[in-house]
Amino acid sequence: MFGLKGDWSLEVKDRYFTLDDYTGAVPRWCTGCGDHGILAAVHRVCRDSQIKPEKTVAVSGIGCSSRLPHYMSTYGFHGLHGRALPVACGIKSRRPDLDVWVATGDGDCFSIGAAHWIHAMRYNMDITLLVFDNGIYGLTKKQTSPTTPLDVPTNTHPSGALLPPLNPLTVTLGITNISFVAQIVDWNAPLRHEVIKKAHEHKGTSFVRIIQRCPVYVESIGKTLQDEPARMRLLTHEKGVQVDDMVKRLFPNNAEHDPSDLAAARALAEDESVLPLGILYHNPDARQYDKITATGLDMTSEDRLAGMNEALDHFAL
Amino acid sequence: MSTSQISSDTKYLFKRDKTWWVKLAVPRPLRDALGYDLRRSLHTEDVETAREARWETIEEFRNRFDEVRAAQADGTAATVIHSADESDEVLEFPGGVRQVDQHIVEIVSDSGEGAQKCGQILGLVSGKMGNGVWTVEIIPAEIQPPARERQGASGIRVRMGSKYMTNMGDEADIVVAFNEQVLYSRISNHAYRKGTVVLLENMWAEDPDERIRNQYREALTDFESQGLNVIELPIQQECLKLVPDPRKGKNMFVLGMICSIYHRDTDIAKAEIAKIFKKKGDKVIKINHDLFDAGCAFARDNIDFSFEIPASEEDRLESAVVMNGNTAAGLGVMAAGIEMVAMYPITPATSASHYLAEDFHLTGGFVHQAEDEIAAIGFAIGASYAGKTACTITSGPGMALKTEMIGLAVMAEVPLVIIDVQRGSPSTGLPTKVEQGDLLSTLYGAPGDSPKIVMAAATISECFHFVVMARRLAESFRTPVVMLTDANLGTGVQPIERPDVTEEWFAAPLDQSDWNQDVAPYDWDEKTGLSERPIPGMRGGEYILTGLAHNRQGKIAYDTASNQEGMDMRSRKLATMFATMKPPEVHGDPEGDLLIVGWGSTLGAIEEAVDRARAQGLKVSSVHLRFLSPMEPGLKEIFSRFKKVMTIEINYSDEPGSPLLTEENRRYSQLALVLRAHTLMDIDCWSKVPGHPLQPGTIHNVIESRLEEIEGAEACSA
Repeated sequence: MFGLKGDWSLEVKDRYFTLDDYTGAVPRWCTGCGDHGILAAVHRVCRDSQIKPEKTVAVSGIGCSSRLPHYMSTYGFHGLHGRALPVACGIKSRRPDLDVWVATGDGDCFSIGAAHWIHAMRYNMDITLLVFDNGIYGLTKKQTSPTTPLDVPTNTHPSGALLPPLNPLTVTLGITNISFVAQIVDWNAPLRHEVIKKAHEHKGTSFVRIIQRCPVYVESIGKTLQDEPARMRLLTHEKGVQVDDMVKRLFPNNAEHDPSDLAAARALAEDESVLPLGILYHNPDARQYDKITATGLDMTSEDRLAGMNEALDHFAL
Repeated sequence: MSTSQISSDTKYLFKRDKTWWVKLAVPRPLRDALGYDLRRSLHTEDVETAREARWETIEEFRNRFDEVRAAQADGTAATVIHSADESDEVLEFPGGVRQVDQHIVEIVSDSGEGAQKCGQILGLVSGKMGNGVWTVEIIPAEIQPPARERQGASGIRVRMGSKYMTNMGDEADIVVAFNEQVLYSRISNHAYRKGTVVLLENMWAEDPDERIRNQYREALTDFESQGLNVIELPIQQECLKLVPDPRKGKNMFVLGMICSIYHRDTDIAKAEIAKIFKKKGDKVIKINHDLFDAGCAFARDNIDFSFEIPASEEDRLESAVVMNGNTAAGLGVMAAGIEMVAMYPITPATSASHYLAEDFHLTGGFVHQAEDEIAAIGFAIGASYAGKTACTITSGPGMALKTEMIGLAVMAEVPLVIIDVQRGSPSTGLPTKVEQGDLLSTLYGAPGDSPKIVMAAATISECFHFVVMARRLAESFRTPVVMLTDANLGTGVQPIERPDVTEEWFAAPLDQSDWNQDVAPYDWDEKTGLSERPIPGMRGGEYILTGLAHNRQGKIAYDTASNQEGMDMRSRKLATMFATMKPPEVHGDPEGDLLIVGWGSTLGAIEEAVDRARAQGLKVSSVHLRFLSPMEPGLKEIFSRFKKVMTIEINYSDEPGSPLLTEENRRYSQLALVLRAHTLMDIDCWSKVPGHPLQPGTIHNVIESRLEEIEGAEACSA
């Protein structure tokens, strides 16, 4: 019924949503899987922003990540492998009132759905896009994904992945009309929450690559990174994310990075020796396709009928 | 009779319906005159009798070859354009005015010379004068094929008649050709007959290039030897008097000529010209009007025949709109209250989206050009899921790519309208040409059982109205609905009755009322399989749509009972719809010797052919199916009243008598295959993939020969 605001004033609402209002079935992800933490962050961001569960749609493709909608108690669309983005964009196209989230993975987004990834970024519709990148196909049991590190053995490449992995950040930062690009690791809760919150607040497609641990098939990928914080660089800025010193202390590499600087973002993404964490790029003014696709929504039946007759007039003999 | 016996000596023989036939292949140089083979029934069931009897017929056939060879050698008119012409009336063009009840005009040119615009205006003018009209464009697959290339023919055919026209008709009466080479591809399509008048641009006779001059001379001899009535005209020379480059503008001169020949109302024509060039300004309109007037005057002074096609009052449309089937489908989308069309460019479907891109805003809609075919349908499914039933428009290759998504829409019960403008297939096939090749893949293309509603528009008017029906069916039955049309309907233009759209045609406003939480998202009614769906925004209806097997609650369910129940319920919806349908009407008598079954764009040609055959006293009728899934009811009962039932379709089937072909391995055309399974009756088929619409004359020949076979078989069994 009521919620406490940051300044301790009391705001009375018709409905107040708790975490339970966003929580669906009990997750069936493996113990130790990074997805649990991401889900918790999504629930919290939903709760904090008090979005109505019935106005929220979680869209996904196929893969471990794509089970996320089932663990929400909002509306959800668990569709086809690689095709979450076209569906999400279609939902948003004529329903700008809906809050649309997309949960996808490295196989779903960067491989089978790569075409949609490129184009959805350019459409820049108001969608929060979370890519759960564990560097492996988990649901189908350990096949090489586009982001599997070189030489990591998988069931399709037992002697190790044959090619250097795709860099999703450089690809995304190379697309025209992008508006929000961020990267986080699943195991740093404060940063995870801050970035997902900012991504959700942003109007446009917010791309968040989440480096996520798969303890069952490729424990080494996440664990080595987790154990070597020097391989990461925390990006903070007044226009980006700001974290408290406790978080900063976890990362020996710290940098101030202005997320409106695309060239700097690209340079950070290029440097594969150190993984940038935080918001790499943010442009609140990029053109939003959903504002264009939704034109005409306010027309009445009479308007439409008049329009219909005008259209037919164009062909009258 | 064992197979080994048959194979021992059946040279020149084949068996059909228990009767032996003789067949002899026609030598290649004679095929234009005689077709691929000559065949005749021997009226016997006994192979020994047939073996004896065949030689006489073979002898006769060989004599026929000799006759044609001789005729070809001395260049007489015996080299007809195709064999069916023998019975055709040869047009005589005595001077003066003659009244006809229908005429076909073609204008062919190199790409970019404006022949299509010329024909479109002719069609519009005739429509306004109250004539029935069918216009079809002749489109090369390339944008700018090299000039004077046979396969590069670009043009248009306009059939004008006193009555309502339903198809492109048979051979043209008059053709205007901007060069002689482009006529060849039309000749090979049997577009002309002995006596067809060719009004031919004569500038090529004086071309500086000797090769072109020779080509022109050779073609003239060629055309005349084929019985075409060639009249050479200095079109270029006449246009040069008015414009420096007649490549642009010659079409309006030709329009003037044709309007004069057919006594078209020149005021209407000039008003249409002004409309088309409105954006280019008065100066351009003036030049085109001058060219038009010059063409009229030229024809009046130099062509001594003309025709009148009086409009029939009873067939006059009260309030007509003129359009092609793709535009009609686009307008149908708008009239259905659909707000979103997601598409990817594909011939021959794209022009529907071109039209929508022009006018969709008038009804508040938007065309999304997606990154690919899969994304297009995914986008449409997203909009539909969110309560705005959407549409995707494509052609065969696009349907193939969309298959997985169609399966998802079936599985998750998302209403959706899919329009498939069929073209030549498989693979890239014949992008600009007609085929009815997507029936089976539409019905059965998805993995597993994927019951959906499939309907086929048979007329341009139905291209409009069926979309409105499709949206309603999609929502009522919570399923994707596929509307099949094809390149023939998509590009054919004709005046149709103006639809009287009312607000009730539109989709209901988005329902955002609270959902009763006790009602499951798939609350299937056991008797009908139907259920209401929650729409995002409805409080209390939150559910997760999934393409996985699921139960009534929409929860993933791998158990046997849930999977079976979901399958049952989705299939039951079709049975529910079937229960509401009426049997199709039979065109012609309800019983007889032969029943033709068709679907899609062949309606007009089939019925015209059936009417001709019936006028001769032949006992033939036809039935045309609009619904292919669920299949229309009462078919078995209708079929049982005819001695023989066959489909006529534009898709592939093996022709009986082809090498290695037996009754056992013969592959039937698509509807025939479905109907055989549906009725367990011995339904025959005749189908071809000519890359152009079936013509009434062709179908008429098929009817005659099938009836002969039936007679032969009867005589034999008697």
